[in-house]
Amino acid sequence: MSKSNPADRVYSKDHEWVKDHGDGTVTVGITDYAQEMLTDIVFVELPAIGKTVAKGAPMAVVESVKSVSDVYAPVSGEILDVNLALEETPELINQDAFSDGWIVKIRLADASELQSLLSAADYEALLQDEKH
Amino acid sequence: MKKTPLYEKHVALNARIIDFGGWAMPVSYTNVIDEHKATRSAATLFDICHMGEIEVKGPRALDLLQWALTRDLTGQKIGQVKLAALLNDQGGIMDDLTVYKTAEDAYMLVTNATTRQTDYQRLSSVLAEKKFDCRIEDVSDQTGKLDLQGPFSEAILRNLTDTDLAGMRFYHFCETQVAGIPAIVSRSGYTGEDGFEIYAAAEKIDVIWDKLLEEGESGGLKPAGLGARDTLRLEAGMMLNGQDMNEETSPLEVPYAWLIDWHKDFAGKPALQSRKEKGIRRKLAGFEVTGRGIARHGYKVMCGADEIGVVTSGTFSPTLNKAVGLAFIDTAFSVSGTEVAVAVRDAMIQAKIVGLPFYKRKK
Repeated sequence: MSKSNPADRVYSKDHEWVKDHGDGTVTVGITDYAQEMLTDIVFVELPAIGKTVAKGAPMAVVESVKSVSDVYAPVSGEILDVNLALEETPELINQDAFSDGWIVKIRLADASELQSLLSAADYEALLQDEKH
Repeated sequence: MKKTPLYEKHVALNARIIDFGGWAMPVSYTNVIDEHKATRSAATLFDICHMGEIEVKGPRALDLLQWALTRDLTGQKIGQVKLAALLNDQGGIMDDLTVYKTAEDAYMLVTNATTRQTDYQRLSSVLAEKKFDCRIEDVSDQTGKLDLQGPFSEAILRNLTDTDLAGMRFYHFCETQVAGIPAIVSRSGYTGEDGFEIYAAAEKIDVIWDKLLEEGESGGLKPAGLGARDTLRLEAGMMLNGQDMNEETSPLEVPYAWLIDWHKDFAGKPALQSRKEKGIRRKLAGFEVTGRGIARHGYKVMCGADEIGVVTSGTFSPTLNKAVGLAFIDTAFSVSGTEVAVAVRDAMIQAKIVGLPFYKRKK
């Protein structure tokens, strides 16, 4: 069973979470559901700090033993920081996708993009739909 | 998709099911790394019912196999298993299969899941041409197969059979009973660990599956899926047919030259001979990634600006904690120690050619 999706953030249909810090920056990771689907994560490729990413474009790569998956930028902006701990300990995403397993911090190019993302309740409904 | 007799068991165990060559097979029950490590440290049980079994019986069964397969089987004893290659007329590998000699004039061939029909057709056409007095029968649907693998395998299986397992050598088998069901028990496998391959009637294989899991639970036995099977075999330096080789591949390009007994005639030999004389341009070699990243099937292998090969299998090795793989490399670069690079998405990562296997168990 996946952990419940925290209500203090918004979600993309591609299973990324976005936590708005209210100062024009956000933290982004993948959801617990996503890590459960990927299972044993053994490698994370992080973007360069300072890189500009466009909403919906691949910005990082998460690899499990068996698979390679893109992580899409849920919002447009500039990469402010990356979670370097994932280079040595990629399994942090499996252990704690919503906190220690965060992937990047982004400075928003357009804060209104957050409106297009899903609330925790809507994301929950999407998962119910995917499971059936 | 085709289902093995154990499909419902996998669903009940919450396995992730994937399509493997048209078969609905469990890729993992918990996760690949746990199942991989359980195989190296304790024991795991795999449903391998999708693999093929072909029986060859009759006074001239050996003559058919001697002609169809690359390996000289004249010295094979009843109860012995031999690995052999089945070649096409171009000297390419149709299958790598194991040959079980069950009686003086009877053999069981164990084929890959995806090649059982083509193997059967090849054997049939060789038989039609040579008219040896024997018959071949595809018994795959009636035959179930389980692989019990890992250092605790013998201790677990001992409780379910009267056979003297301690006295059974590697690549030997006997016909016995497991949990009261008639079965063939073979000391062999595809993981690089000690273990057994167990064959029994498809409709009774669930009894053995259940009994083994029940009996082995206290000894750490768990079910494992094809995900762990793949990482285990790769660490052990074993190839996967259809991925590391196909019908274009000659046994001389992969570490299968030892399967060729040149002193006898066999189907595909003239073509193989001529390929040998022309020289072997590429070789399947092991590599380990020394940079950051995982090299996977289909990624290009480079030396400077030159493309010198392609990855056929690549993964993260749970035992060695690094990325390893197999790649076809231009012969000149295939020597152990050669520094190469692998193109991973838009980057190049460093790798080094190394000898096989990556992992060898302590005896």
